[in-house]
Amino acid sequence: MASKSWLNFLTFLCGSAIGFLLCSQLFSILLGEKGDTQPNVLHNDPHARHSDDNGQNHLEGQMNFNADSSQHKDENTDIAENLYHKVRILCWVMTGPQNLEKKAKHVKATWAQRCNKVLFMSSEENKDFPAVGLKTKEGRDQLYWKTIKAFQYVHEHYLEDADWFLKADDDTYVILDNLRWLLSKYDPEEPIYFGRRFKPYVKQGYMSGGAGYVLSKEALKRFVDAFKTDKCTHSSSIEDLALGRCMEIMNVEAGDSRDTIGKETFHPFVPEHHLIKGYLPRTFWYWNYNYYPPVEGPGCCSDLAVSFHYVDSTTMYELEYLVYHLRPYGYLYRYQPTLPEHILKEISQANKNEDTKVKLGNP
Amino acid sequence: MVSASGTSFFKGMLLGSISWVLITMFGQIHIRHRGQTQDHEHHHLRPPNRNDFLNTSKVILLELSKSIRVFCIIFGESEDESYWAALKETWTKHCDKAELYDTKNDNLVNIESNDRWVQMRTTYKYVFEKYGDNYNWFFLALPTTFAVIENLKYLLFTRDASQPFYLGHTVIFGDLEYVTVEGGIVLSRESMKRLNRLLDNSETCADQSVIWKLSEDKQLAICLKYAGVHAENAEDYEGRDVFNTKPIAQLIEEALSNNPQQVVEGCCSDMAITFNGLTPHKMEVMMYGLYRLRAFGHYFNDTLVFLPPVGSEND
Repeated sequence: MASKSWLNFLTFLCGSAIGFLLCSQLFSILLGEKGDTQPNVLHNDPHARHSDDNGQNHLEGQMNFNADSSQHKDENTDIAENLYHKVRILCWVMTGPQNLEKKAKHVKATWAQRCNKVLFMSSEENKDFPAVGLKTKEGRDQLYWKTIKAFQYVHEHYLEDADWFLKADDDTYVILDNLRWLLSKYDPEEPIYFGRRFKPYVKQGYMSGGAGYVLSKEALKRFVDAFKTDKCTHSSSIEDLALGRCMEIMNVEAGDSRDTIGKETFHPFVPEHHLIKGYLPRTFWYWNYNYYPPVEGPGCCSDLAVSFHYVDSTTMYELEYLVYHLRPYGYLYRYQPTLPEHILKEISQANKNEDTKVKLGNP
Repeated sequence: MVSASGTSFFKGMLLGSISWVLITMFGQIHIRHRGQTQDHEHHHLRPPNRNDFLNTSKVILLELSKSIRVFCIIFGESEDESYWAALKETWTKHCDKAELYDTKNDNLVNIESNDRWVQMRTTYKYVFEKYGDNYNWFFLALPTTFAVIENLKYLLFTRDASQPFYLGHTVIFGDLEYVTVEGGIVLSRESMKRLNRLLDNSETCADQSVIWKLSEDKQLAICLKYAGVHAENAEDYEGRDVFNTKPIAQLIEEALSNNPQQVVEGCCSDMAITFNGLTPHKMEVMMYGLYRLRAFGHYFNDTLVFLPPVGSEND
């Protein structure tokens, strides 16, 4: 009898020890740091379209970084505002009904607000978002058709509301201020378009679809005209290549979008893929597609970059924060670009006029 | 017989779990209750008033910028070499001087112990003895932390380093407010002086652990408290933390998942100083995003001026 109660007591002690240990282990596991679970995604086809994001974390909610305007009291945005009125850009974002809440929403919460006008183009209309219905189907083979219809819609309704017309995806992040700086040197009545220039298949090159491309007013007119006069075909499964071919047929120049020291501004991937040497393997298609000599490492990307592609929802907000908010106080940047002459003259004229007003004592 | 020992086993497990919970809570509640009766304030530190310097001459402001000298100590162990290489190539170039102490393969300070607190205080002693005269602020960070030294200098430039400052992201543990090492620890020269006096003379800064090990950042706080140095939480003008213990992406995701139906305000301060949990690749991306990538046409009239480091490509 004694040995039986002794055995019970022993099992009791074992149980309590195990219970104690289990709890502390459980607690430390719960507190343990979550590792970085992002897989390295390399897009194996230059014309790859975005596969359905199965398993990707769907970001609920939105973040407005501009709600805290008091942090920006010291910020002088006169030149940025001047350019906003001088270089008017209409943005249209290629999206679809399933992506309005998953992706387009975050575009709308961040960079799209800086366009002079923004339109979200989908196969079906959505009055609440709002999104324009192009009356097409969805899918990879529909992309060129959607693009043609989108530009036709813009041409019909908004031709006089802008000088330049930008196409972007719902996973492209665009820095409008830098695009305006790039375009300020050019005349929208010229037939020209800009983007990340690729060299194969088209003699003057063509612009990567995902990195975004922007057409001058004249280029848009010629593109729409090309289909009225059957100079370009409607059918193709490769949107950016087909558009590039049509541009060449219509004598629209493929512009050089690099900055004043030769660094690329439109990017087909996120910053990390360009900045880290060896990230994109040597056998990757990218190295043979780039029109200008491709660079990896810090020389890959301009300080005044215009776009990045394959940007997921979290990275949209992260880029918004890094470009427009976080900054090193007092830092003297190495690259100090200037505005073209005619804009500088305008600004100093505007300032002069203000001064004379004061002198004359106008209220 | 089997069922009897089975039930006693489960009774034992239950008792064990409950006693663990009670002991942990006991530690927190008991001390916290004591803490509330004491006069304990949560200390905050904010950057200087912008308007104070509107009339100061440029020459004086330039001298001020140069007079804040920050010594960076990167302290800890990491799984691979690439972290140390990345640190040397990225943000530590902006410190007035930086030393990297790999506690696993240490051949600099020769700490002969695996105890983190022993390693930390030996490092602080070494740094103070060798560099205490030439620098007025000492910043300690983990190898996974990225720091914006210019914003750190902006936070500090009106503070007198001969006063005992101890700053970072603070947490309250019972009646102890301490700076978490994940966010980075800032000590003024006076705090370093007092710390080293204690380490030289007495046993007051020996291991304070009772039931289980206290982390080294808590031990540091206890030790500094004896010297009359108290932790302060550093914030921006809106009261947001500038020392962050997580990476930007995580802060964004957490803010959004906590309020899925709303539009929340921005997660992080414009003048953030640290983020933690970065890999070497992410540090390279931060260098570009912080020191290069920006929007054209936005200008700032800053009080201080900081020049880019010599012979560097990624900033």
